[in-house]
Amino acid sequence: MSTRHPTALNHGLQSCRECGLLSRPAPGVVVGRCPRCDEELDFRKPDSLQRTLAYLIAASICYIPANLLPVLTTITSGSSESDTIMQGVVLLWSPTGWPLSIIVLFASVMIPSAKILALLYLVYSVKTGSLKNNQQRVKLYRMVEIIGRWSMVDVFVDTFTVALIQLQPLMSVEPGPGLLFFAAVVVLTMLAVESFDPRLIWDATSSQPIQPEKASPYA
Amino acid sequence: MTPPAPHPHSGCNEPLADASLIACPDCDLMQRIPAAPPGASVRCPRCDKELWRHRVDSQNRTLALSLAALVLYIIANTLPMLGLSAVGHAAETTVVGGAIQLWHDDNQIVAVLVLFAAVIAPALQIGLQLLILLGCLFERPPLWVGHLLRHQPFTQTWCMIEVMMIGVLVALTKIAEYATVIPGLALFSLGALIFVLAAMQSSFDPREVWNRVTWAEATTRPGQEAVR
Repeated sequence: MSTRHPTALNHGLQSCRECGLLSRPAPGVVVGRCPRCDEELDFRKPDSLQRTLAYLIAASICYIPANLLPVLTTITSGSSESDTIMQGVVLLWSPTGWPLSIIVLFASVMIPSAKILALLYLVYSVKTGSLKNNQQRVKLYRMVEIIGRWSMVDVFVDTFTVALIQLQPLMSVEPGPGLLFFAAVVVLTMLAVESFDPRLIWDATSSQPIQPEKASPYA
Repeated sequence: MTPPAPHPHSGCNEPLADASLIACPDCDLMQRIPAAPPGASVRCPRCDKELWRHRVDSQNRTLALSLAALVLYIIANTLPMLGLSAVGHAAETTVVGGAIQLWHDDNQIVAVLVLFAAVIAPALQIGLQLLILLGCLFERPPLWVGHLLRHQPFTQTWCMIEVMMIGVLVALTKIAEYATVIPGLALFSLGALIFVLAAMQSSFDPREVWNRVTWAEATTRPGQEAVR
């Protein structure tokens, strides 16, 4: 025991993810609860990799119609025109509007796909028991966690465009079928981030014997 | 007090005799949080996760900020946010109005999501924060403070006012091509609310509350263990 990293798992202890209390599972108990805040305790988030992967697969499936189907339909006296997310980005591009166009491009197209790829890489690296780049991998996870919510931008853009442009019979805007799929991508990737347990990144390293010169002062 | 046990083998864990030990939430390394000067943060030596920041006067500052947030929130959700006028027509909308319009356009799921992220989650976040601080006025905060504190991160994850603000600005720019857009008072209070909410979140010290709160399993409290 003492030659391994002093992690809670190696000492048979469970750390509460809500209140941070460290506690020892009572003998004979399968599902332990935190004595301080009553949260259910596990050594690691239950079925973390499977759940993350399931959400990611669902998100990737929704990603396709989200980008191909129109999110907005503009109806002007007699004619109607539908725009996908990418067309919205192009429409927004103008001498004054280009910074916002770039924000939407990042938030709606690049962040969701980068998020899916990053999490797939994290799941793969944990599954193969990688010992490398632990620091960078946990940083990647934190970045995905912080940036992920910004992909909701397009949902809000479309909501308020629809709400405002109701000038019947002159002009009105209606939401398209792509909007639902796009919102689904955002929510599913956020759930994927939440079900991934960053401690898994370190588990392969923690179960290795410590080199004497790298021994933690906290042992 | 505790909900009915979902599992026959469910039970309470035993707290450690040494209550100062913690495990890093991101890498599981066991360690002790050292004393830190005001304003300094304590980071995990292995994965650099911020474990604690010594906030000065956390409770009073958070209380002041959450009261300010409450006022701004009420303004932001009662007054019109955007007005529009074009060739004799006029329209205006509130934050809730956006969700309602989506609902009528047969997009109920997205409407609920927008309503939750832009209206309900922020209200819950501010409300929970105020209740938690209220409970902290007791010398030993009652059990319900712990229950509320446990659910607060969820409201933080889904409160997306700052994302909505950028969304509104983009919509504004788009619409400005067709019509004159009149920004309402709610838009400005939303802008202020973003900063007040961020300040409220960062001035609050959940560790300080957790250290004082009444334990769910009162019989196994380490304080009483010492008496035994």
